[in-house]
Amino acid sequence: MKLLSDIFLIIGALFCLLGALGLLRMPDVYNRIQAGAKAVTLGSLALLLGVGFAHPDWWPKLLVVGLFILLTNPIGSSTLARAFHRSGVPLWHKQRDES
Amino acid sequence: MSLGITGTIVLALLGAACVLAMLRLWIGPHAPDRIVAADTLSVIATGAIVVLALFFDSALYLDVALLYGVLAFVGVVALARAIEGNRP
Amino acid sequence: MHPQLQHTAFSFVFAFVFWLLLVGSLDPQELVAGILVATAVAALSSGRQPILAGIRLRAGAPLAFITYLGSLLVALLRANLDMARRVLSPALPIRPVLVRINTSLRSDLGRLVLANSITLTPGTLTVDVEGDALLVHWIDCPPGTDIATATQTIASGFERHLRGFLQ
Repeated sequence: MKLLSDIFLIIGALFCLLGALGLLRMPDVYNRIQAGAKAVTLGSLALLLGVGFAHPDWWPKLLVVGLFILLTNPIGSSTLARAFHRSGVPLWHKQRDES
Repeated sequence: MSLGITGTIVLALLGAACVLAMLRLWIGPHAPDRIVAADTLSVIATGAIVVLALFFDSALYLDVALLYGVLAFVGVVALARAIEGNRP
Repeated sequence: MHPQLQHTAFSFVFAFVFWLLLVGSLDPQELVAGILVATAVAALSSGRQPILAGIRLRAGAPLAFITYLGSLLVALLRANLDMARRVLSPALPIRPVLVRINTSLRSDLGRLVLANSITLTPGTLTVDVEGDALLVHWIDCPPGTDIATATQTIASGFERHLRGFLQ
């Protein structure tokens, strides 16, 4: 149990770090949302799973937090993306043609 | 409280993630980039609070994490609505 | 069943289960308080837009829900490995494009869950909903993709699962 918990905690923290790195490396705001939303969602779920293995009596509340993150994080990202799209934030293209 | 080697590694990784997200929050270059960085930072913080609950061995922090997540979500949606204007 | 009544019943069950998970015990006191709170929530939400009315009551619905959750987790894992490859490779291999895909789900809840699933699957992010079409940001779009291929690649797998328990 302890070992499983440690593994999931480290995986979760790694994915959170990966999401933040993607946030820093991606060239435009939509790609940053993609990197942030996916990696951080999975990272948080893995962290919750790790805590759940170490403390099995906490699982109801961890389940609530996990379902909440799984439901609201994509909604928040999509809402932000829609707001940026409607207010005219342009897409990034690899070929920098000025047309 | 003793962290142990896993605790140190996990908290160091989460701290590095927060620093990277804050770097994006700092350099921008525009308002949308900063908002996305703040959103990501808030979800990382929710996960970090749950991990703190484990290390402090206190289930109270789980409620803190849930409430923090709710407030961050409402804040993000409010910001998105403010950018978008008053369209339905 | 009448849609409004169905929606109220779903709100009650949802609020009650949420309450039980939050308090984490089956004490009679907590049960009574939970029933009171869930009734209040269901009564307050009964006049609002019935978003939960999109749930489809059939014999196979729970099974479809579990299958959907499993496929979502697999897709989330694949999405993250894919994203890790892109973020960590120095060349940054991305070809971002906005594509439009069609959905056959009719209810608001169905479209919400579909949009969420698309956001969590490899390389795609839902941007907007316009009638029957979803606007999707695709991080690595092969050149010359038309709307039918995009729909097939991005959404049809999830729609098959979702139609089992949502309208």
